[in-house]
Amino acid sequence: MASASTDVLRFDNVTVRFDEQPVVDRVSFVLGAGESRIVLGEAGAGKTVLLKTALGLIRPDAGRVYLFGRDITDLKEKELFAVRQQVGILFQEGALFDSQTVEENVAYPLLNQAKRSLSRDDIDGIENKVLRALEFVELGHTLEKFPSELSGGMRRRVGIARATVTEPPLVLYDSPTAGLDPITANTIMALLVKERDIRNTSSIVVTHRYQDGQIMANFRSDGADGKLVPDPGRTDTVFMVMREGRLIFEGSQKELEASPDAYVRKFVRR
Amino acid sequence: MLDFLKKPIQSLQDFVILAGKAVRNVVRKPHYFDDIAIQADVIGVGSLPIVVLTGFFSGAVMALQMSKALSQYGASGQVGQIVSITLVRELGPVLTALLVSGRNASGIASELGSMKVTEQIDAMRALGTDPVQKLVTPRLIATSAMLPILTILSDFIGLFGGYLMACVLLKLTTSTQYWTTAYRALDFQDVVQGLAKPFIFGIIIALVGCFEGLRTSGGTQGVGRATTAAVVTASVWVFVIDLIITQIFVSMPAW
Repeated sequence: MASASTDVLRFDNVTVRFDEQPVVDRVSFVLGAGESRIVLGEAGAGKTVLLKTALGLIRPDAGRVYLFGRDITDLKEKELFAVRQQVGILFQEGALFDSQTVEENVAYPLLNQAKRSLSRDDIDGIENKVLRALEFVELGHTLEKFPSELSGGMRRRVGIARATVTEPPLVLYDSPTAGLDPITANTIMALLVKERDIRNTSSIVVTHRYQDGQIMANFRSDGADGKLVPDPGRTDTVFMVMREGRLIFEGSQKELEASPDAYVRKFVRR
Repeated sequence: MLDFLKKPIQSLQDFVILAGKAVRNVVRKPHYFDDIAIQADVIGVGSLPIVVLTGFFSGAVMALQMSKALSQYGASGQVGQIVSITLVRELGPVLTALLVSGRNASGIASELGSMKVTEQIDAMRALGTDPVQKLVTPRLIATSAMLPILTILSDFIGLFGGYLMACVLLKLTTSTQYWTTAYRALDFQDVVQGLAKPFIFGIIIALVGCFEGLRTSGGTQGVGRATTAAVVTASVWVFVIDLIITQIFVSMPAW
């Protein structure tokens, strides 16, 4: 196991219970720098709770969570704000603030940080950063629009822009492709790969689509236009499978495909 | 054995914690003045038409009801006094609070409830904002500031409605006598009571609306349930608190 200081995220025997029922059950894993983890599992397997626990949005009932080597398990909400600045998160349906425009949504984390620490110059630079983040997801023309005026895929892309605008070293994606058609889903995955390759971020991608993991593990982004080019067998992509709160598989794509476990095989086949 | 008590006590505890945080945030940074102004506009200015309308009719109907009773005792000249005391002490604060709770406790609960079920509250926390500071405290300040103002307006319009009914339509009394008796009837204590009530009702309405909204679960159905619960709970509490405050003022020696 790598030492705590180089780990980006470490779960140590974490259990989360809702109404006495464990939804994350004694889960341990380590996410190293530059690594991507694909978390597969059916609905209700505890994937979303896992992500929220990683950010301290949900407190574990047992076990410890370490973010960037710091034990965040017992931190107060105010102290967590500083830690969360280094993590971007895309929620399941995007969770954009629907009373704010796209521009205000993407600027939100930057303004928040500016209020906390940055100087006047940084506040002036926010507009540029917002535009750059939106251009990254190819939505530079939607600044004045409200989330309700966008399609599902576009909302997801704005969500990615908001999650990555502060250039955090760790990004958590909760079902980035859920409910999208295959073409849009692939566009979203291409963005995730581009984000990983350009900024060299670590990430956790929660999904129920095996193809999403396949894209992350076998393609890289071709710098300039963000096109995907084959790069089979990347070792920085690790698969995890969750079932009823338990982590039942952890390993590479090859190991996943060779797994004898019937539940794991169900995911690979589809 | 006492399991059935567990849930209400848990809710009460959560409510008290939320109330404590919201009140503490009033003096803590960061302050969201924009949000306070927006909420004051929504709650105060937005409620104006309905508050004015009901205030007018409650004053008029009060004068109409009293006209018969008072004329039996040959005291129809006192109509201004009766209208003024009932409006300022009771009807103004309670009716306005009920209207605002119907309009705004529901509005707050449904807005915060939708934000909760679409994970916007979690997103806010993830992006470094305290939802209580950003959402609850501005609503608390706005409602507790606007409700007394709305009540004052409603009282005046009600007195005017009573005047139209008593002096112009029924010609029970002269306009000088109406306004003089109405003014003389009021003690300083009545005015304090008439303003303390809406201030406290405002706190209750905002906190109940926010509390029900923030604990919403179970998708759009949950939002519906939260909205209903907010209006019912806030309205019931308005009556309970009204009784308590009235009792305090009644048992207080005259100033």
